[in-house]
Amino acid sequence: MGRPMQVARYWRHFKEKYRLIGGKCKSCGHVHFPKRPLCPECGSQEIEEFQFSGRGKVVSWTIVRNPPSGYEYYKPYPVALIELEEGPVVLAQLTDIDPEKIDFGMEVEMVTRKIREFDEDGIILYGYKFRPPIK
Amino acid sequence: MRKPVIIGVGLTPVGEHWRLGLRDLAVEALLNAMEDAGVDKVDSLYVGNMASGSFVEQENLGALIADWAGLGNIPAVKVEAACASGGAAVQEGVKAVMSGLEDVVAVVGVEKMTDAWPSDATRYLAYAADAEWELFHGVSFVALNALAMRLYMKEYGYTEEDLALFAVNAHANGAKNPYAMFKKPITVETVIKSPYVADPIKLFDASPIADGAAAVIITTEDKAKEFVDKAKMVEVAGMGRAIDTINLANRKDFLILKAAKVAAERAYRMAGISANDIDFFEVHDAFTIMAALSLESIGVAERGKGAMLAKEGQIAIDGDYPIQTLGGLKARGHPVGATGVYQTVEAVWQLRGEAPNQVPDAEIGLTQNIGGTGSNITVTLLRRV
Repeated sequence: MGRPMQVARYWRHFKEKYRLIGGKCKSCGHVHFPKRPLCPECGSQEIEEFQFSGRGKVVSWTIVRNPPSGYEYYKPYPVALIELEEGPVVLAQLTDIDPEKIDFGMEVEMVTRKIREFDEDGIILYGYKFRPPIK
Repeated sequence: MRKPVIIGVGLTPVGEHWRLGLRDLAVEALLNAMEDAGVDKVDSLYVGNMASGSFVEQENLGALIADWAGLGNIPAVKVEAACASGGAAVQEGVKAVMSGLEDVVAVVGVEKMTDAWPSDATRYLAYAADAEWELFHGVSFVALNALAMRLYMKEYGYTEEDLALFAVNAHANGAKNPYAMFKKPITVETVIKSPYVADPIKLFDASPIADGAAAVIITTEDKAKEFVDKAKMVEVAGMGRAIDTINLANRKDFLILKAAKVAAERAYRMAGISANDIDFFEVHDAFTIMAALSLESIGVAERGKGAMLAKEGQIAIDGDYPIQTLGGLKARGHPVGATGVYQTVEAVWQLRGEAPNQVPDAEIGLTQNIGGTGSNITVTLLRRV
């Protein structure tokens, strides 16, 4: 799977995956993640970029014990649905956490981490994960 | 429009078919169905398949299967809707017959999954999710369903034992089906003692990776008389299909299969019936949680009460709402793109009175086939002619 032109497939999403930038509808004000070509609420095509704070709460979670190929390195790892404080829900891995301590409504914050590596000479993917906030 | 009827069915057992390839399975099921229907040629072929390109490096299944089945220069295409590919292919075949464009149509659902390494199979199945916003984060298909199961248990106070009852029922019924992958009954303890795949989903909450093919022959009611007696005819009385957000996180409500709700409403309207008129339900229990959510979304149970039907024993063959009468995805097996056609074949058996564990006096059956995490769903209603 280590094809060189995979690179473009991933840098297209740097804004979203490194900085958690989504979309905001100029017409109705609805915010969403990732950014879409049409507002999922009102259908308007006037969408501007929106910077999320990166803070959110755990809605549900699981522990991936049999990952898809390419993701074996971290297994087992927790994946959660996280409701951002601005409203939208994102799916991401949880990191820096004891899986036993994950709970409904737990507060988390976004961090940038390595997601996976491809084969030797392949690219390394980074993106958002969420962890309990450092206070 | 013309009334579509199914006049022939064929299938292979579901299992790990090490000696057979994709084309062998598909051609076997297809020729069986043609023999059952008494037809020696068809006007077109629709192939339900999810991921042949990934699993066996073969696309262009229309040409491959029609060629190897000796069907001549007919139109033939693959229909893809993730795990609902089989249900979608059946509906495409029905549409072709109803429209008057084609008179006798063959539909075959096929998937050959065991040629792939298990972690690769896990990856290919996740291609039905959103690659950039779900698979990117290392989530498997089981994990996406697990997120819904954990919420469901919390929201309505169910336990893992409660949901395990769906698996127990499926295995009890699968034990009677000679074409099922698992023919052994299990207990709640079997499920609970099995290892977690993605908590809270355990191995026995999940359907197996498998190979298999199933086929049906569809024609019009008038034309059907040329081939079979009335007893062998089953009408496709209603059908509906709908999508939902491909990305689970983008859903407003994680515990309603909106696509199933919309698809079922369309099917009921077309057939002029309600959920109360249906005698049995072949719902898509790829995971036990999906059986519960399906019953709620198609209007059989109120919100949060799907798992109650299992606890009350109402989902067994002699219950008020029999489901998975031949084992469902869980025990019959789930060769993904073929599953919707297997469900159709099993519903036809019930309506012809040929099922090994017959639902008494079954007149109307429902098949519901889910692609993705509820993102692409078909509902089809079959009725005795």
